[in-house]
Amino acid sequence: MEYKIVVLVKQVPDTHNISGDVMKEDGTINRSALPAIFNPEDLNALEMALEIKDKRPGTTITALTMGPPSASEVLRQCLYRGVDQVFLLSDIKFAGSDTWATAYTLAAAVKKLVPGVDLILAGRQAIDGDTAQVGPQVAEKAGVNQVTYAEEVIDMKKKSVTLRRLIEGGIEEVEVSLPAMVTVVDTANRPRPAEVRRMMKYKKALSRMDFAAALKTHLEYKDEKELEKDLKKKGLLIPVVCADDLDVDLRKLGLFGSPTKVKKIENVVLKKEETVELTPDSKGAERLISDLRRAKILG
Amino acid sequence: MVFIEQEDGQIKDVSFELLTKARDLATELKEKVSAFIVGEKVSGLADEIAAHGADIIYTVEDKELNHYRTLPYFHAAKQAIREENPQIVLFGATLIGRDLAPHVASYFYTGLTADCTELQIGDEKMLYQIRPAFGGNIRATIVTPDYAPQMATVREGVMKKGEPVKGRKADVRPLKVSIPAEVAGLTTILHRERKEKTINLKGAEVIVAGGMGLGSAEGFALVKELAKVLGAEVGATRAAVDAGWAEADRQIGQTGTTVRPKLYFAVGISGAIQHRAGMEESFKIVAVNTDPEAPIFDIADYKIVGDYKTVLPELIAAYKKLQQ
Repeated sequence: MEYKIVVLVKQVPDTHNISGDVMKEDGTINRSALPAIFNPEDLNALEMALEIKDKRPGTTITALTMGPPSASEVLRQCLYRGVDQVFLLSDIKFAGSDTWATAYTLAAAVKKLVPGVDLILAGRQAIDGDTAQVGPQVAEKAGVNQVTYAEEVIDMKKKSVTLRRLIEGGIEEVEVSLPAMVTVVDTANRPRPAEVRRMMKYKKALSRMDFAAALKTHLEYKDEKELEKDLKKKGLLIPVVCADDLDVDLRKLGLFGSPTKVKKIENVVLKKEETVELTPDSKGAERLISDLRRAKILG
Repeated sequence: MVFIEQEDGQIKDVSFELLTKARDLATELKEKVSAFIVGEKVSGLADEIAAHGADIIYTVEDKELNHYRTLPYFHAAKQAIREENPQIVLFGATLIGRDLAPHVASYFYTGLTADCTELQIGDEKMLYQIRPAFGGNIRATIVTPDYAPQMATVREGVMKKGEPVKGRKADVRPLKVSIPAEVAGLTTILHRERKEKTINLKGAEVIVAGGMGLGSAEGFALVKELAKVLGAEVGATRAAVDAGWAEADRQIGQTGTTVRPKLYFAVGISGAIQHRAGMEESFKIVAVNTDPEAPIFDIADYKIVGDYKTVLPELIAAYKKLQQ
């Protein structure tokens, strides 16, 4: 038996090197100012999906991402690793979504694009927000079962899967009826690298939002129409899904539909009022230890 | 309203920390503190919850609620929240809280702010939910102006737990919630395995923590040695854990444990904000680093610029010498 799987992936700014200039005035983030990467735990979710497909070859995997046009890169990365189809959810109406509006949009897209889905997989959390909220909120919005912190698929049946998941101080094994939303942790597996043969093919995959730029370098195409026709023929067109393609209430999308608002953003500055500098030798060490003992901090 | 998290009849510390915070917020708003607790048999815990500051306590008991499962718990939570209709709902940012709270917020179409480090009453009596964002490089104040209830999760150890007041009374309201069979049957727990925690970072008075500056597992061994001599617990940055030098349970920081020991040694730790978020409340901080500009020194009480390979043995020698 095979499954219909959706993997939710996100392109995230590499949050390790950030300055204050990347914040926009409204408090949202100017993602274009930072190097963008595939959210690490989403790669673990993708790997889990691919391992299921390895065991059940009839399984189909659809990768979905919501983001700016440049987010098509993570979808290409999915294609390099073996997913069957991808969709880019991109619309100015989605911009500024908090986790609620994001989950609302993603759940609507799953419903529309992959009816009869068995498993929705995503990373536990994205490194830009670390909220871990979108997975559970997609489960609620899609009206499916919910399992977080999954590490391994132990067994697969027609109407259920058995998973090992993390609990505080340990693990549990749960049999989960389908359809279900499952979030995956980074200890689950080692994501496979891109497959060279697929990479050669799919590195040319584009969404229509990339066309204008592509035409400047690909002079063999007369116009966007011709480019689109050719990409479609070769299976290299990344479909773009916008708000009008989905059964959604427009008032629940993007910044407007998001219940949370950013009130204030501050750069973090932490400074001790007084720091005692000690020499890195026995004199410094003895001074420190006796200070700490006098203050009864050390016994 | 505070979600009181319990496992095997043991209430999590974070729930008491939240009750303490909720008392402050309620006093400012001139409101009451309510709480709800869910489990197979939990009504006996009401006195303890009352002692920590709750005025109204909803209890939901059902045999289907013996161990945490998302949908049965959600079923109970949604009814308790409906019944009370609170302005604010707080959850611990535990594995359970982070699973349940977003499901609840999605259902009520309201905002939820994860991992708040501070909660304040701001303009128009709104709850200001302050959290590190974007890898911790910024502090964001989030509000939920037009939706209710305002919801937030807070990590264990971030807020202070107040002293319980013995004999403090609360209005205990058992809720009759039956978990429908089709909800209870969605997930079956086949097997659970929990280890007693051998690593106790939260309870440690002294922590010696190491980071990437140690260069190798051998380098990290020196950190362990200093900890052993001082009777301290060993901590690590995320990078040191990822490098395999220390167990995941030793990770301190935004995605690990938050600690506030009396004394914190940061050895070979540059002081990335993600790490500082988990230890900056320590009473005294000693930082050892070869880079005099390392940001960890900004929050250190004692700064030692030097190679840990010489500094740590000196500290061990000095401690042994002064103990005699």
